[in-house]
Amino acid sequence: MDYIIEMLGITKEFPGIIANDNITLQLKKGEIHALLGENGAGKSTLMSVLFGLYQPEKGSIKVKGKTVKINGPLDANALGIGMVHQHFKLVHNFTVLQNIILGVETVSGGFLKMEEARKKVLELSEHYQLAVDPDAYVSDISVGMQQRVEILKMLYRENEILIFDEPTAVLTPQEIDELMNIMRDLAKEGKSILFITHKLNEIKAVADRCSVLRRGRYIGTVDVKSTDKETMSEMMVGRKVNFKVDKKEAKPKEVVLDIKTVTVHSKQKGNKKALVHDVSFVVKKGEIVSIAGIDGNGQSELVQAITGLIKCDSGSIKLHGEDITKKTIRYRNIHGLSHIPEDRHKHGLVLEYTVQDNLVLQEYFTEKYQKGGFLKRDAIHENAIKLIEQYDIRSGQGAVTTCRSMSGGNQQKVIIAREIQRRPELLVAVQPTRGLDVGAIEFVHRQLIAERDKGSGVLLVSFELDEVMNLSDRILVMYEGEIVASLKPDEVTVQELGLYMAGSKRRKA
Amino acid sequence: MSGIGNSSKKSGWKNLGLISSIFAIIIGLLVGFLILLFSNPNQAIGGFKTILTGALTDGSKGIGMVLYYATPIICTGLSVGFAFKTGLFNIGATGQFTVGAFASVVVGITATKLGNIHWIVALFAAVIAGALWALIPGLLKAYANINEVIAGIMTNYIGMYLVNWIVKDTNALFNMLENRSKPVAPTANIPKALLDQIFKGSYVNAGIIIAVIAAIIIYIILNKTTFGYELKAVGFNRDASKYAGINEKKSIVWSMVISGALAGLGGGLFYLAGSGKYIEVVDELASAGFDGISVALLGLSHPIGILLSAIFIAYIKQGGFYLQLFEYSGEIIDIIIAVIIYFSAFSMIVRNFISNRERKRKVDHIGGSAQIPAPINEPSDYGSENEEEIREATQEEGGDK
Repeated sequence: MDYIIEMLGITKEFPGIIANDNITLQLKKGEIHALLGENGAGKSTLMSVLFGLYQPEKGSIKVKGKTVKINGPLDANALGIGMVHQHFKLVHNFTVLQNIILGVETVSGGFLKMEEARKKVLELSEHYQLAVDPDAYVSDISVGMQQRVEILKMLYRENEILIFDEPTAVLTPQEIDELMNIMRDLAKEGKSILFITHKLNEIKAVADRCSVLRRGRYIGTVDVKSTDKETMSEMMVGRKVNFKVDKKEAKPKEVVLDIKTVTVHSKQKGNKKALVHDVSFVVKKGEIVSIAGIDGNGQSELVQAITGLIKCDSGSIKLHGEDITKKTIRYRNIHGLSHIPEDRHKHGLVLEYTVQDNLVLQEYFTEKYQKGGFLKRDAIHENAIKLIEQYDIRSGQGAVTTCRSMSGGNQQKVIIAREIQRRPELLVAVQPTRGLDVGAIEFVHRQLIAERDKGSGVLLVSFELDEVMNLSDRILVMYEGEIVASLKPDEVTVQELGLYMAGSKRRKA
Repeated sequence: MSGIGNSSKKSGWKNLGLISSIFAIIIGLLVGFLILLFSNPNQAIGGFKTILTGALTDGSKGIGMVLYYATPIICTGLSVGFAFKTGLFNIGATGQFTVGAFASVVVGITATKLGNIHWIVALFAAVIAGALWALIPGLLKAYANINEVIAGIMTNYIGMYLVNWIVKDTNALFNMLENRSKPVAPTANIPKALLDQIFKGSYVNAGIIIAVIAAIIIYIILNKTTFGYELKAVGFNRDASKYAGINEKKSIVWSMVISGALAGLGGGLFYLAGSGKYIEVVDELASAGFDGISVALLGLSHPIGILLSAIFIAYIKQGGFYLQLFEYSGEIIDIIIAVIIYFSAFSMIVRNFISNRERKRKVDHIGGSAQIPAPINEPSDYGSENEEEIREATQEEGGDK
């Protein structure tokens, strides 16, 4: 069997940890090979080794049967290895064409020869059915098209080995299907694809083989067709994982959040676009209401208006009957509103603070933790000890660990612990499982449902359709700042939901 | 990092900070020695000795003088350090120092009927003037998002020229013969508190005690109070503070005001020392404010560190004074201080270097992999940072197609 890339027995150590322990990854020519693993399983380290950012302590890399030494990304590129990053690397005020040729411009006498490049790009675009407009500015095109630009960049550089790093995170179901087709076509053309993900559905749909990493170790490579999802997830997590979220029928009670005709305008100068337009809905106690939608359709602004981070331009927000439209953030915080923010580094945590200090971020001034202006260190510490135990927050030095040094999953647990122990009447959770691994996701989902069953109202904003479908009691779909549909999860399919999200279907609630 | 909790880890961290500061000092002194060697090889050894011990030449008087010189820069150092801790760069300390000094001199000259509390009132005037002067960049930063460095530099100059102008145009304040302010009333001078008995012949006075108390108060505010918790949170992460319900604009203003009050206090302490210091009408920014930046950097913005580094800088400055005996110009000391600051800015790098080596040694010691079963604690090795790195790096692809 011909392997195009072989990473044999790669071992990479960091002080105190072996990030890659004798890992072998063999990529056949023309196959789609999935690399599956939780966060921290060693996927990124392995890719860093492949791109020459790290030199492994042991092991060798072979490309087309020849042992090579890769000292940096330039070497990797020269060997035909290219990568589509999870967060695209495009220059926003450049056109598609300019982005594609950036770094490999054909020049004569110091002048760009754009026509040649354009011809080549158009040929590639046609050949692989990657429809792009070469003269459109990247800032104007959709995320899906940006991804196609990234793919074209690799093809333009004549890369043979294409690495996709979690490419579906930002796409709608329809766009995902399209991407899957493109990947299949590319493989048919003889390109070899390495597909990094932790979504099992996608692996099932497109990959030929799948290699699994767990905690820095190589667990095995399986043939995707003959292996079921449960087996793969067990390989990944090391135990059985419950995919279906167990939950009882919701018992909605009185209204806790009542939003009426809320509108938020863009704060940019000269941009009067309504980011949230005339949105009204209610959340009752004891139910989980989800807002589904593609990133950037006004969900963030809506949540920020509810939590007080931005002002709404018109409309009213009522929390258990009280109008809080004009109230401060602190007022909302101490009157039953908890918020698991979208960006845990920007809003959720003061990263330089310790776990214990972050756990009292909204409560340090209360009687419990403060006396005469002085912090009650002991109370703060005890609180942390209790929550660390209860939520299984793992960190180097326990309560006094600086949050910056913790893994994303544990940082998220700090936030969740903090927000839930405040006993909210309304819990607003935005992307609560973003970047978490399967085990942690399961944990977060259980917590949200537990909150619901305790009688809190939960407003969940998520871009993960599976999450929306599994957790919600009601689904609101947001498109271009408006609620375009109000649905019940058992009345709608993922595909249909995708159509609402893409704006091609609407149904007023 | 900043005095949260009381784990053993924290003291280790502090030691590393100390080590890196000492490292910076040693390099600075070595460079100073090289300069001495270049400009006049014969006298180099003697000159270097003077730098190190010159301050002690006159025994207790020398120490007293060191403390006298340290007093204002402890205050400006605290001013800058406090602002650093709360996420601001108060480059305007110089202006606040000047305005504070001016206020104290005005009260010192004019309010002669106050008797025993005259000096206290004058000091308060200095504190309030410094605070108000810092209020301007504070408000601009918080509500108009104008960088405090730019506003600070401007208020430095405005403060200096304003003070010169008022002094010159007010007969009650101006000594025309000497082109400077008149002397303050004797009651406005800070008491000696017996320190003149201990350090005979020096200008030292109770000001040093006030400065030390200020350092202690700042330490308590930063580490023990909810107020400090808020200010630091805003400094580290303005968005998260807002999310937590902290009024982040108010916090920024408060940080600047306190910082300015400290710088103003420094001005008051220096000009009420009874050492024959007057407001000279010259177009020159007071150096004490900029020394404060050096002091804060070398002291790693920690109040106790600032105390020590201010005394150290005063000490070698005092030594530099005697350097003139060896046909060197006193400015060499300024070069040495500059180099020290340069290297203490590298202290982060040194610190990381040391801590990495420490960690490695520990790993070797216990046999590396023995520790692995907690990969969850190991984010930075494959967490976002690395992903970012690989993304950044692979982006530089191309070129040699």
